[in-house]
Amino acid sequence: MASETTAGAIPTSAGEEQGIWGYSRAQFVALIVLAGILVVGPYFLYPVFLMKLLCFALFACAFNLLIGYVGLLSFGHAAYFGMGGYIAGYTAKAWGFTPEVAILAGAAIAAAQGAVFGWIAIRRQGIYFAMITLAMAQMVYFFCVQAPFTGGEDGIQAIPRGHLFGLIDLHDDMAMYWFVAAVFLIGFLLVHRIIHSPYGQVLKAIRENEPRATSLGYRTDDYKLVAFILSAMLAGVAGGVKSLVFGIATLTDVHWSMSGEVVLMTLVGGLGTVFGPVIGAAVIVAMQNYLAEMGAWVTVIQGGIFVICVLAFRRGIIGEIANLLRVKL
Amino acid sequence: MNLNRRSLFAAGTAAAAIAPLSRARAQANTIRIGVMNDQSGPYRDIGGPNGVTMAQIAAQEFGNRGFTVEVIGADHQNKPDVGANLARQWFDQGVDMVLDVPTSSVGLAVNQVAREKNKVYINVGAATADLTGPQCSPVTAHWVYDTYMLAKSTGGAMVRAGGKKWFFITADYAFGHALERDTSNFVRAAGGTVAGAVRYPFPATTDFSSFLLQAQASRAEVIGLCNAGQDTINSIKQAAEFGLTRRGVKIAALLMFIADVHALGLEQGQGLVMTESFYWDLNDRTRAFSRRVQPRLNNRQMPNMVTAGNYSATLHFLKAVADMGVPAAKASGVEIMNRMKAMPVEDEAFGQGTLRQDGRMMIPSYLWEVKKPSESTGPWDYLKLLQTTPADEAWRPLSEGGCPLVRS
Amino acid sequence: MDEIFGIPAPLLFGQLLLGLINGAFYAMLSLGLAVIFGLLNIINFTHGAQFMMGAFVAWMLLAWAGVGYWGALILAPLIVGATGVVIERLMISRLYKLDHLYGLLLTFGIGLIVEGVFRNYFGSSGLPYRIPDALQGAWDLGFMFLPIYRGWVVVFSLVICLATWLVIEKTRLGAYLRAATENAPLVQAFGVNVPRMITLTYGAGVALAALAGVLAAPIYSVNPQMGTNLIIIVFAVVVIGGMGSILGSVLTGFGLGVVEGMTKVFWPEASSTVIFVIMAIVLLTRPAGLFGRA
Repeated sequence: MASETTAGAIPTSAGEEQGIWGYSRAQFVALIVLAGILVVGPYFLYPVFLMKLLCFALFACAFNLLIGYVGLLSFGHAAYFGMGGYIAGYTAKAWGFTPEVAILAGAAIAAAQGAVFGWIAIRRQGIYFAMITLAMAQMVYFFCVQAPFTGGEDGIQAIPRGHLFGLIDLHDDMAMYWFVAAVFLIGFLLVHRIIHSPYGQVLKAIRENEPRATSLGYRTDDYKLVAFILSAMLAGVAGGVKSLVFGIATLTDVHWSMSGEVVLMTLVGGLGTVFGPVIGAAVIVAMQNYLAEMGAWVTVIQGGIFVICVLAFRRGIIGEIANLLRVKL
Repeated sequence: MNLNRRSLFAAGTAAAAIAPLSRARAQANTIRIGVMNDQSGPYRDIGGPNGVTMAQIAAQEFGNRGFTVEVIGADHQNKPDVGANLARQWFDQGVDMVLDVPTSSVGLAVNQVAREKNKVYINVGAATADLTGPQCSPVTAHWVYDTYMLAKSTGGAMVRAGGKKWFFITADYAFGHALERDTSNFVRAAGGTVAGAVRYPFPATTDFSSFLLQAQASRAEVIGLCNAGQDTINSIKQAAEFGLTRRGVKIAALLMFIADVHALGLEQGQGLVMTESFYWDLNDRTRAFSRRVQPRLNNRQMPNMVTAGNYSATLHFLKAVADMGVPAAKASGVEIMNRMKAMPVEDEAFGQGTLRQDGRMMIPSYLWEVKKPSESTGPWDYLKLLQTTPADEAWRPLSEGGCPLVRS
Repeated sequence: MDEIFGIPAPLLFGQLLLGLINGAFYAMLSLGLAVIFGLLNIINFTHGAQFMMGAFVAWMLLAWAGVGYWGALILAPLIVGATGVVIERLMISRLYKLDHLYGLLLTFGIGLIVEGVFRNYFGSSGLPYRIPDALQGAWDLGFMFLPIYRGWVVVFSLVICLATWLVIEKTRLGAYLRAATENAPLVQAFGVNVPRMITLTYGAGVALAALAGVLAAPIYSVNPQMGTNLIIIVFAVVVIGGMGSILGSVLTGFGLGVVEGMTKVFWPEASSTVIFVIMAIVLLTRPAGLFGRA
């Protein structure tokens, strides 16, 4: 039941047009703009803020891979984000891993977690899928509260940023920024690559009409599982980078409200758009920063954005713009 | 949110906002103090906006001695990552000292950042004694209380009063564990026993009846509550509801503030024993001080040890800065802290004190009992003094803390 | 003293009883969710906030209008239910043609707004609410003191759950409701005003949450977060019981309350997670929940 309704809900993509590297012209222009902002940004904005933004943007892109292109709403993505952060932080601090290895370790564990949870969750659809992912995430949260290596409520503190490849000192904010920007770009392009591969086309077919994809001979469960693992892995990368940037990994990142936040980011930016999650993350993170002094009103504003998006702008910011310009973004 | 709080934060906006670095670089002749605490969560009423106000009062009373002082405030939401990020941003943008920071996990996270950035960090609101122990730092001071002092004062006194057999209800995180550990030590040292302990999920627990029942089944004479704020209030209420208090079981609320007593009411709170290093009605000095500042506080709260501590710490910090001059102060947090340790602390709120080598502020601690409704003459007349522990006995000895600064 | 599994028997009985009391809240909240889901196909994420509103309205009635507990027991659900009706008419009704997930996201957002507003105006320390005089005191059951109020909570919520079940299963109105769940256009064709029925059903579900809130006010302090922690657990209860199954949600609510109570004895740290473990197991073996129709 859910698969059919899901298809109707997500903005469907028009016919694929081939452009440069699989991008349409509009997307290519947007990509250039994005790269430009990445290069110029740190000279105008506080670099640590930008790094935070990029971490969440990557997290939202990972999440979007599932909801936007396979039509699966995971309500437990904090589990992979947070676990990636814990593993990267722990290996960097306790075992002295270099940053890139620590992040890969976080990504690997998150992917393994995604494989197990995904295997369980993809047997169900729609709301049941969301609920199972939530249940799994709650168990991870419990594990993180109890396990000694996470430091419980204190989190893992004083995580060193270390030396990239053992060579480049990342303690300087600008050096760290270029590293984060590079990781983000790689992740972002990877998501794009996945979507535009033949494999990605099958995912979209599943989103639009799963029974039909099955009848065409695709083992839809296998496709969904791989997408789930990829999404979890990228979320783990984002979490790992975040914990290195801030030198701390805490329960905040595995709590279910973090799962809600990434849904919000993706929804605000535009489900199933390439650039939407990035813009959505930027809007939400900027809002939390600028409005921090308003205390609980931030919650109210976030809720308001949820309501407005669902009622009036289901396409999200990028989706609406794309619709206005009649291009795909 | 009222206007008062909004105007209070108007100043905070400039620092909290993500401004280009050039613009954010503070004016050379302004000392900026960032008060970071819980503005929206369960500990808001302990410090919150009033904590910021008290620092502002101190800055105003200090006056202009060749430099201006700016106090800003922000909410850390009780999340270590939020606190660490905020501290990093503040220090990068010209804040010279971070103050308050309740919630042990956040307090420790900010400690790391301050040390890295060589800026002064005065913790007032957090309980963990690790700040002056294994995690002590040359830029950090811990002002009015910690788990060791609470455990020694409350735990020791209750065993002496005949409560030999204890059962702990503990919030399952670092602060709860530390408080339980420290209190158990004092209970055993005083000849008492620990019949058991239960650790409940924090912060997701609102119903404590199950744990209270387990405490009762253990036949303990004293139930030690190793939690704070809302959880403490709920535990106490439910203990009364399930007839534990009526059957003679004593409740030791190991961390409780006068704001909690205010919320609980004397009817339910009477007879509770608690430790604070400040009470507005302690003597003429504190009475005069409290009456003077009370009109400026939200909901006309009386100052408690945390808000009064913010006042005291701000004042002492500014004295040290004035003493060494602004350029030297801006250059090194370690130097300011050394100067603060070299100068005696003196103010209206706490009287006289000294700042020890490991960052521990040395003042007496007081054991209080919550009055019966019949004993109280009106609002805020809640506590009567049971016992005073002098400054040199109240705190963990320098040699036992394991602070690396002490060995060097 | 007799022991069962190394635990003193009186303690075990006490915990069973406490589990039932907590279960009473789970049952009432999941009942409202199930009613709403059954007819509207909406996962009402605002439910926790509406539970909290019930408690706050009871407090406001007492503090501002002098209306006591018994009055609040009737008035608060009506008032909060009315706000539910407004929300349904203005917002939720626009989403019926869309995926369930949008309903979930919308109500999640509304929940955030409500909670934030209450936190701004009432702070987060919580406000006290006294147990009504008639229900003060406690019974000594030998193995434990049972506060009279807690006993009242169990009895009252059982009555409410039973009444709701009877209305839906045995009355004409209930028959319409069930029919509309199966095939709304057909019921509409028979001259029943289905949209109005849907609106009122949402209002009734919300009123149930508010009623639970009033019941909870004297036990837990009235604070803006009181629903947030509960709501995730209650979702699990609904899913385990079978989405939309009235009987399932009630039985599961009480059952899981007991299971959770037992966990508090044997492994207290895990007490907030055990329900999710059960939920995952149930969904794997019986996808439609224990009492749901596949």
